[in-house]
Amino acid sequence: MANNPVIEFRDVAYVLPNRQPLLSGLNLQVQRGETLILLGRSGSGKTTTLKLINRLLTPSGGEVCVNGIPTSDSDVIQLRRSIGYVIQEVGLFPHYTVERNIALVPRVEGWADERIRCRVEELMKLVGLEANLASRYPHQLSGGQRQRVGVARALAADPAILLMDEPFGALDALTRDQLQREFLSLQQRLNKTVVFVTHDLREALRLGSRIALMDAGRLITVLPPSEFVRSSNSLAAAYVQAFEGGLDSVSNRGPS
Amino acid sequence: MNLTHFFLENREQIVELTLEHLWLVGISTLFAVLIGIPLGILSAHRPLWNKPVLGTANIIQTIPSLALFGFLLPVPWLGDRADRLAILALTLYALLPVIRNTYTGIRGVDPAVLEAGRGMGLAGRQLLLQVELPLALSVILSGIRVAVVVSVGLATIAAAIGAGGLGEFIFRGLAMVNNQLILAGAIPAAILALSADFGLGWLEKRLRPQ
Repeated sequence: MANNPVIEFRDVAYVLPNRQPLLSGLNLQVQRGETLILLGRSGSGKTTTLKLINRLLTPSGGEVCVNGIPTSDSDVIQLRRSIGYVIQEVGLFPHYTVERNIALVPRVEGWADERIRCRVEELMKLVGLEANLASRYPHQLSGGQRQRVGVARALAADPAILLMDEPFGALDALTRDQLQREFLSLQQRLNKTVVFVTHDLREALRLGSRIALMDAGRLITVLPPSEFVRSSNSLAAAYVQAFEGGLDSVSNRGPS
Repeated sequence: MNLTHFFLENREQIVELTLEHLWLVGISTLFAVLIGIPLGILSAHRPLWNKPVLGTANIIQTIPSLALFGFLLPVPWLGDRADRLAILALTLYALLPVIRNTYTGIRGVDPAVLEAGRGMGLAGRQLLLQVELPLALSVILSGIRVAVVVSVGLATIAAAIGAGGLGEFIFRGLAMVNNQLILAGAIPAAILALSADFGLGWLEKRLRPQ
């Protein structure tokens, strides 16, 4: 069982209805319990790749398997409910309280009220939300709190897989740093299989077990963070250089 | 020549015609809502339906009301009773604001909210009932409000084909050159329109999402 990938892309292509190809020849495996980072610029196909997993998009060629079953053969509603999904804009229901937002999937799955209440309480504690926020509405929360609710909502039905599309991208640097740290400790405890989209190398190095570098709809290379920074691949090297450049720029600015 | 005196003397008939008027407006609005909201949802979800549905509703709106009443008169079952005909005509006029606002309201729902909902595994129906309609509600309601206010005015013309309502006073007053009679129809109609506008406006404000 150890070697059975949780998510597998087999020669996957995705083409828009207007025939513009977004993704081609994608072969990729995600192992149980790892955090796979999809790194690339906008338009590189990383979000497309993510959406193919929970079938918000269907592959134009090849197949995507989740737990060994092609997504095209599984019931799409059940598939999505078994996969947590977090997006940058969070997408909380504005007319639902924090509590109801988190309870979304358990409720449609028909859990008993008491069980839902316990689960919401547990999740709010888990993602670091104070209990008195439960009855607030999303517009009454800060960006960081909203994203925490988004994570709690995705974890509600205890999915084994978590898809995260630049979840911390819209947050200020300090909040982002804090949420990244919390993500790491959360992941240590929960051991989910995570696919995480970002364009931020720092975030990728910090959170990922492996980094899948994408460019123009193709997978360039997949490497663990330690090898990524030493990679001879020109695109990976360019990323690392830009990142180091960012650090150096402070010392290189000279007197101003 | 005292208007108050006239109102008091004819209060029974005024009340009766007001109720008739309310009936015409109420039933036709109900039909317009029952037909218009599903059509609005359809055109919001299926871009191909959008143009024909809204286009047809638009064209209906451009037909002069008196002409529409006239057109429908020879239709067999409808022509038998003037109130049926009036209700159909009023329904047709009320459709456009209901359809258009349902469409606008649903299209206005934040795409991120929809994507999250879909990604969490809500089925189309659940998404519609739990997300799209609640979030579009205040916009839909403002369409219904426009429909009601317009219908109150239009329904006075229904008296021209004998469908009753406050228009009876107005037409009678016009024929007899009697201003009191005209006002006996016009004032209650104006009050109806204003209170519908105010009441539904209040409801709409309460339901508006933050």
